[in-house]
Amino acid sequence: MSELSAAARRAVEAATVAGAGEAEAYVSRDSGREVRVHGGEVESLTAATQSGVGVRAWIGHRVGYAYGTDFSDAGVRAIAAQAAEAAAVADEDEFAAPPQPAFFEALPGLSDPSIGEWEAGRVAELALTVERTALEADERLVGVEAAVYADSDERIAIASSTGVAGEYEASSCYAYLQALAEGGGARETGLGFGLARGPRGLDPVAIGREGAERALQMIGAEKPESRSCPVVFDETVAASFAGLIGGGLGAKAVQRGRSPFAGRIGEEVASSAFALHDDGRDPDGPASAPFDAEGVPRRRTALIEDGRLRSYLFDTYSANREGTQSTGSAARAGYRSLPSVATSNLVIAPGALSFEQLLAEAGEGVYVNDVAGLHSGVNPVTGVFSVGASGRMIRGGALAEPVREFTVAGELVAMLGAVSAAGVTPRWVPFGGSVSTPPLLIAEMAISGS
Amino acid sequence: MSELLDPGVAERVLSHALANGGRFAEVFAERRRGQSLAIDERRIESVQSGAEEGAGVRVVEGNTSYFAHVDGLDPADLERAADEAAAALKGARAEPRPLQARASTPLPIERRPEEVPAERKAALLRELDERARAKGAEVAQFVASYAEARREVALANSDGLFSGDDRTRVRIGAQAVARRDEAVETGAETLGGHRGFELLEDDPGQIAEQAAAKALTLLDAVPAPSGSMPVVVGGGFGGVLFHEMTGHGLEADHIEKNASVYTGKLGERVAEPLLNAYDDGRLPGEWGSDAIDDEGQPTQKTQVIEDGRLTSYLYDRLTAERAGVASTGNGRRESFRHLPIPRMTNTYIAPGDATPEGMIAEVEQGFYAVSFGGGQVDPATGDFVFGVSEGYLIEGGKVTRPCRGATLIGNCLDALAAIDAVGGDFFMKSGICGKGGQKAPVGTGQGHVRLRALTVGGTAR
Repeated sequence: MSELSAAARRAVEAATVAGAGEAEAYVSRDSGREVRVHGGEVESLTAATQSGVGVRAWIGHRVGYAYGTDFSDAGVRAIAAQAAEAAAVADEDEFAAPPQPAFFEALPGLSDPSIGEWEAGRVAELALTVERTALEADERLVGVEAAVYADSDERIAIASSTGVAGEYEASSCYAYLQALAEGGGARETGLGFGLARGPRGLDPVAIGREGAERALQMIGAEKPESRSCPVVFDETVAASFAGLIGGGLGAKAVQRGRSPFAGRIGEEVASSAFALHDDGRDPDGPASAPFDAEGVPRRRTALIEDGRLRSYLFDTYSANREGTQSTGSAARAGYRSLPSVATSNLVIAPGALSFEQLLAEAGEGVYVNDVAGLHSGVNPVTGVFSVGASGRMIRGGALAEPVREFTVAGELVAMLGAVSAAGVTPRWVPFGGSVSTPPLLIAEMAISGS
Repeated sequence: MSELLDPGVAERVLSHALANGGRFAEVFAERRRGQSLAIDERRIESVQSGAEEGAGVRVVEGNTSYFAHVDGLDPADLERAADEAAAALKGARAEPRPLQARASTPLPIERRPEEVPAERKAALLRELDERARAKGAEVAQFVASYAEARREVALANSDGLFSGDDRTRVRIGAQAVARRDEAVETGAETLGGHRGFELLEDDPGQIAEQAAAKALTLLDAVPAPSGSMPVVVGGGFGGVLFHEMTGHGLEADHIEKNASVYTGKLGERVAEPLLNAYDDGRLPGEWGSDAIDDEGQPTQKTQVIEDGRLTSYLYDRLTAERAGVASTGNGRRESFRHLPIPRMTNTYIAPGDATPEGMIAEVEQGFYAVSFGGGQVDPATGDFVFGVSEGYLIEGGKVTRPCRGATLIGNCLDALAAIDAVGGDFFMKSGICGKGGQKAPVGTGQGHVRLRALTVGGTAR
């Protein structure tokens, strides 16, 4: 047994000794690096390993949680005892129970050896290439606020008193930049990014160019007139909205009456052009893993098909409450957090139209390639939203002048009903969780500008 | 603090950090612990506690910071972090100066929250639940949370600075969902401070009633209007407007990279002469206060706008050094696992002499944004957005109907210059600010403020 699994096992035993009827321990160890560059120089280089353990304890149907970084026997005993103490404070909840063990298939290919092979100097050069590519793109490109490379190699182990036991390793890395362009007396920013399982999977030139192009195309942007018109979302914006939809499809929000999708299984909630599923085992998905944050096997779950709502996402608790099976959708923000239901990799099905064809189909409208204020401009309970946006006008079926400082407003379910086409080429985007989506055409949305 | 970091150990760690050169080195040690719980569907749940300790070591050479962090505070852990940070340097050994302790007095905590039984905290949440539901049968859902956190920090650097702080924060939040037929609305309220459990001795149940009242009010809401109009912003958390549209743009890292619309504007008129604003990390008991920043610099009160003129940016150690000025005590980090960066503490517009009633009475057609769910700004372009959590129409100088789904959108410099009235009804609220992947507790504050014109983006057709 590995050191991590052994630590998890020790924590489970300590919790039962401390009075827990059942217990589960989640242990993670993460080695990571981050390089930030600016003006052709390395601004900061961070290297670190961190590890921690989180213990969930059940006393009857009460559940408590504790975490810490001290792996000594005394340290683990203290964490386990705190978890049991926490359980005693919670109220009874008849559906609170530990997951039962289930067979999960190994998922190879989650870890890329190039992370370990590329030393600090080489990944710094990658970040410098991202910055340099952008700066050399055009003379109106006046700077790069930050160009960043970061990676992480994480090992996760889980064990429970019911017999759950598993361990896996996964690596990930990303690079991005915020490019600055100047023109017409104003300053514009453009984001370029890429993600992969290891640095060899990143294309620094493509990332630098994307940031430069996004910043340059915004030069001269003005506020558009308020109108109601067709809107094309680029992949980053589509992904942000997909994340909000995924949040509303989590069974916790649904069961507690805090989702616009509550009580609508089998109903029409989208146009037939919009199909959505969650797949925790997608070989290309950044969030893929053999099992979820409480040791339940990951799987594929159809959410919206043929415009109809097919399923919600369940963790063990919400599945118990519904009298169904977990969809392997428990997630945690590291060892500090209790597992809770969330999306893994959300996938919006691609359609048949090229980007040019989507624009042609839109005719006269707005192309939105950036949104801001999603955390404050969206009501997740009702689905009503109004968010800041920028992008380009679409005139005569093609991209025209840039526009900024306007809002896009509506309601999530109504917006899904108005999706009239999806692009043919999807992209993985780290916004809204982990999302694969093509650009989307929405037949009509309210734009508020001048 | 010497219990966290022994001065002898610190000197050895700094010596390790400078083994391959460097013009500056620092070790930052921290012990953090916290407890939180929630009530949802009338049940106490999500009861959790945790403790972490570790240290971060940085070495600065030229404009580059080399940083490593470790879990654990054993001398061997700290030396390992120092060796990792130094590994990428290739210069000749440098010598740290002998340490000299600089006293700092942590903010006073009257009642240590970790000494209050968890059952008492659960009882408090049950009281909040009762109070919210007592506002009416239309309160369909209520969620409240309690969180306490203690951060003991100690740091030493190669200039000889040796200092520390002991920070305790308590915060509660309430969210109500109201339902009437098909209409569903939400309301939220929070209370937080750099204080102990004494923060909650003075009727904390009020926030539950306020959250419920907001949700109930919104049941009668109409879709928010769209277009440019005069906007009156409420006191307290309304200050998030200034935090986003000015505060972030004054952080010196954005300034030195020429990535802020306030770059080069020091000494210039940026607002009406009636506007005075501050960042103040020393406000007693406030959520964004600390005794020292996370580089050992005592926190201070910095006037950023004086009679409408821009008077200061907000600096950490490195940005101040490059600008040739003194740090303003704004070097903050989320934990020992993060590098310090320039951050706001408590940022506010100082009280003026207008009254909320007076400034509303002068508006023929406008919008009244009482509170926000949050906001976001791109300091380089100055574009910002704010989600309004409680808003009303102003018609004929009077507040009339509540509105749902409003967002305020604009550009920093235009909006700041458009402030034409500042109220005297000043108060502070607590918030969590995210920047560069790091969260920080920040205070925002103001009395009512009026902007001549701002774009409201709503859903009304």
